[in-house]
Amino acid sequence: MPSTVLILGAASDMAVALAKKFASKGHNIQLAARNADRLKPLQSDLSIRYNITSSIHEFDAVKFEQHQSFWDSLSPKPDITISVMGYMNDNDKVIADQNETLKTIHTNYTGPVSILNIAANDYMAKQQGSIVGISSVAGMRGRQSNYIYGSAKAGFTAYLSGLRNKLFHHKVHVLTVLPGFVYTKMTEHLNLPKLLTAQPENVADAVYKGVQKKKNVIFVKWFWRWIMLIITTVPEFMFKKKKL
Amino acid sequence: MTKKDIANWGNYPVIESDEKSVSFTNDIRQYAATTKNFIARGNGRCYGDASLAEQTISTLKYDKILSFDTEKGILECESGLTLDKILEVIVPKGWFLPVTPGTKFITVGGAVASDVHGKNHHVDGSFSAHVIEMDVILASGEIITCSPSSYTDLFWATCGGMGLTGIIGRVKFDLKKIESSYIKQKQVKAKNLEEVIRLFDEYKHYTYSVAWIDCLKKGRNFGRSILILGEHAKQDELPENKKKEPLKLPAKKQITFPFTLPSFVLNTFTVKAFNFLYYGKNFKKEINNVVSYEPFFYPLDAILHWNRGYGKKGFVQYQFVLPLESKQGLIEILQRISDQGLGSFLAVLKVFGKQDDLISFPMEGYTLALDFPVRKGLFEFLDQLDQVVLKYGGRLYMSKDARMDPSVLKAGYKRLPEFMEIVKKYNPEARIRSVQSDRLALTTN
Repeated sequence: MPSTVLILGAASDMAVALAKKFASKGHNIQLAARNADRLKPLQSDLSIRYNITSSIHEFDAVKFEQHQSFWDSLSPKPDITISVMGYMNDNDKVIADQNETLKTIHTNYTGPVSILNIAANDYMAKQQGSIVGISSVAGMRGRQSNYIYGSAKAGFTAYLSGLRNKLFHHKVHVLTVLPGFVYTKMTEHLNLPKLLTAQPENVADAVYKGVQKKKNVIFVKWFWRWIMLIITTVPEFMFKKKKL
Repeated sequence: MTKKDIANWGNYPVIESDEKSVSFTNDIRQYAATTKNFIARGNGRCYGDASLAEQTISTLKYDKILSFDTEKGILECESGLTLDKILEVIVPKGWFLPVTPGTKFITVGGAVASDVHGKNHHVDGSFSAHVIEMDVILASGEIITCSPSSYTDLFWATCGGMGLTGIIGRVKFDLKKIESSYIKQKQVKAKNLEEVIRLFDEYKHYTYSVAWIDCLKKGRNFGRSILILGEHAKQDELPENKKKEPLKLPAKKQITFPFTLPSFVLNTFTVKAFNFLYYGKNFKKEINNVVSYEPFFYPLDAILHWNRGYGKKGFVQYQFVLPLESKQGLIEILQRISDQGLGSFLAVLKVFGKQDDLISFPMEGYTLALDFPVRKGLFEFLDQLDQVVLKYGGRLYMSKDARMDPSVLKAGYKRLPEFMEIVKKYNPEARIRSVQSDRLALTTN
């Protein structure tokens, strides 16, 4: 029987790439996002191109109270749950406006934790399943230009690591993905260094492989592991003086 | 917003633009309603300055297949979908594009906006002949569904209209039934222009026909050519080893042109050598074989970034059409090119069938497409060619153009005023405009 993949936050470029990758390997796809109607074109596209079943589901990361009923409504229950939700705005705007601060924290941390807890409980009971969390290298060290987003992602990364530790004992796989720069609509306005920047398709390929091989933590482009090693080892008294 | 340099396939001109990608129809509507001076942009495979503007909206992520009727052969998709992706889906189901240009790396929106033609124009017309209906997102944000029977003014001004009526959204078009993914190809050598024109006529029952011309040859061999003809191969016409999987997709074999060649590499000598080899590779007068659709339709797609071969300054492609009775004009133009020694690797000749649309390029007659690297004196020379084209009642293809004078466009397209009226009706503030539309005085404040 083909397995089913749930993609949370399915409107993003990374989500589209992930949906295509898993669909191309014969998985059925459940697409979940706000204003799910706009995902109808993607739904038909996946079904036509890859001859799989795909469905769309209304889901809002910050409407925590609806998360359980959302999960209950899924049929079949997904074998793999991927959280691609994320929100990044200019840090100055985020700190100037409390609504933006909370939106950043909730979309990148609280929301994913809320829904993945529900998925984890289900998988734990069944003693099978995979959970993938798309976090960010921005969570590995706070920088002045991006620390609200970064701290939310840091929380999410820590959550995934703890979840992996717990679920390991219940045969459930948890994959943490730490993409560096990725060309998406979210980063289109930034001038990203070409060599360090991945395409959403690279992320999708890496995630697919990571799920197959039951990896723990992956960086999409290998050198990000080393870049981040350097960034995280700079002593704080020096780091704080940098304008990063 | 960060500006970035963008250019089309000719790498001329290069301009700075704010490019925004969109995935959803509502985002396009919002963009259209709130943005000044923008144009929709697909894969940037037109050659000149169409689809370039201060603000561009990229449709490349607006690329979903909405429906595919495998019984009737009807495809419905968003405008940013490229033809190569379509082929991957439709060929295995026994369908082909009704019309395809010489590259599969163009979007459906681009195919409509340029009203592209292919080697089968004399049989199947241009792309617009196969469009059943489409959505156009106007500058106001409003969506209008138009077709040959509804909002016909908008429909015909959008086919070949270079994106000036609005952003092309959803497109529904019909496909061509095939039994195999292979082409039964015939190549015939012609000693000169006279002969190739005669051969076009002799073989006009072939669905696909195009000729490659050596425009540097003088005298007796003036206009020597290879005429390339093709038909979709029927299943029983395939060699045994291909019969098992007649609709197989061709393997992806691509190499990338690794860097931009210095401009001096292309000169009369190297072009002559290339032409000599190209013509000489066919030893026999006639070659008949069965090939995959890929090398037949898209020989140059196998080399990614082949445009880099023309150097940093870029190149322009000059494509014109002359009415059938103006064979003399073809001779005169080829003569001038040969005299000037401005040969191009690619000189492609094709006989168009009947077409008389509002603003589409094709009309019955001869069309010739040539590449010229940008260099001193070129534009002056092309201005002279323009006058020859006009003298014989011809016109130029806007999708290839980066330099013609507005008067040349006006003289070539008799229904231009009517087209401009319709553009004004649907794009009243001329917020949708491109470097090309400004240059050609199609959009003015």
